[in-house]
Amino acid sequence: MPKVIYVSSAGDAREVEVPSGTTIMAAALKNGIDEIVAECGGVCMCSTCHVFVDPEFFDKLPPANDTEEAVLEIAAEERQPTSRLSCQIKMTDELSGIVVRLPSRQR
Amino acid sequence: MPPGIVIIGTGQAGFQTAASLRTEGYQETITLIGEEPHIPYQRPPLSKGFALGKQDVDAVELRPAAFYQDHRIELLASAKVTEIERAEKQVKLASGTRVPYRTLVLAAGARNRKLPMKGAELDGVLYLRSLEEAIVVRDRLKDAREIVVIGGGFIGLELAAAAATLGKSVTVLEALPRLMSRAVAPVISEFFRELHTSHDVKVLCDCSVAEISGAGGRVKGVELRDGASYPADLVIVGVGVTPNVELAQAAGLCTANGVAVDEQLRTDDENIFAIGDCAEHPCIFADGRVRLESVQNAADQGQFVAAAITGHRGTYKALPWFWTDQFDVKLQMAGISHGHDRTVTRGNEESKKISVFYFKANHLLAIDSINRSLDHIIGRKLIAGRVPLTPEQAADESVDLKRLELAFRHQSGASTLDSI
Repeated sequence: MPKVIYVSSAGDAREVEVPSGTTIMAAALKNGIDEIVAECGGVCMCSTCHVFVDPEFFDKLPPANDTEEAVLEIAAEERQPTSRLSCQIKMTDELSGIVVRLPSRQR
Repeated sequence: MPPGIVIIGTGQAGFQTAASLRTEGYQETITLIGEEPHIPYQRPPLSKGFALGKQDVDAVELRPAAFYQDHRIELLASAKVTEIERAEKQVKLASGTRVPYRTLVLAAGARNRKLPMKGAELDGVLYLRSLEEAIVVRDRLKDAREIVVIGGGFIGLELAAAAATLGKSVTVLEALPRLMSRAVAPVISEFFRELHTSHDVKVLCDCSVAEISGAGGRVKGVELRDGASYPADLVIVGVGVTPNVELAQAAGLCTANGVAVDEQLRTDDENIFAIGDCAEHPCIFADGRVRLESVQNAADQGQFVAAAITGHRGTYKALPWFWTDQFDVKLQMAGISHGHDRTVTRGNEESKKISVFYFKANHLLAIDSINRSLDHIIGRKLIAGRVPLTPEQAADESVDLKRLELAFRHQSGASTLDSI
């Protein structure tokens, strides 16, 4: 099963196995990664599942659509070039090992 | 153990209060009490992906069951609070158990308004609010052929879209002259009427339903006062909600269109807060007091109250925002348009990308956006930051709203993000 590595703002890493097709946001909630809030439930209306994707994996992701691009503008911790909303990233085998850094605040 | 926080209601507002209390470092007991048998779940998908069968129960749970144990949140499901005993600072459950509180949070939600007419009790007349009801709607939709939706508001239209997507024959009956008329401008109503019509949904406005007809205890159709009749093997009713204020009322708390709270979301008992769908609060983005039914309102108020309980000072000032998904269109709403005296449109209707800006005395109140997410997001900043914007600028696509907002923020040194 593909793996996601969540790294807290303090630097602690947690590795989670995620079925293909599941989003990085949904997997975080299932596995007690409390830094992902996901207030809107994954419909690109809030920015509380914001993550910074490791540059090595960032280019492998399908690009963000207009809605996601817009919502990243209101992320509580300011967006960076590798910012994404984790509700929009579905896991695949190819993404196994993806490292996402969690912001210090989501609200 | 000293009494801790008791939260009545396991919806989004109650859940958020409990979760945020732990994030804020609250250490004492948290008891989350709800009448429903399930652990807290999201309501928005119930009339969208869940109705379509795309999401299961697991996918709509706000957090897995372990979350509540891990965070020492005592979840009392299938439990009904029958009385708030303010003098003793405790709540009484139907089981007779009493739970003491230091602070009580009322997040009791709302319930569906029932149709007061003949035939409303027939088998096949469905409502949607709870997960339980959503399971019935989802299952009955599978075998239904002809569906009549009574009520052209958000829930009714989302379910109409789901049913049409499933290939059903769908008719929407709305009492008022246009769809979602309490919430949006005519141009948006018209856009959605056309959207539904293009998917073969029959949309009828200005309808007065006389009765629901049946045979052998099962629904057969809907009869209008003008004599028209629409056959149906399933009738879905979405005609609004009534806030659950009875517990508060019986306890002598002040209620109006909801449990009345001040700008700190406190009731007239300083140990009791009320939030979410059941509460009416003074809103700085509206002309007076409002009761809002939305995820944003529930989550932001839950978070605010958790912060207030743990010692943060300040007043509630979150900007209201909403959304609805129908077919492949997302309508995003920022602010409260009620009381507007002028609207202007940005974008053109043919491109199916428009935003409507609502003004009152040239002051921007709200923005509704269809397929223009950046307008919505920048709009939240414009409204929350009270950035001066004229109707002419709003309508002019050559005016860069993002730049305008940034320039204002730099100039005034203000941060708008806190209330978004």
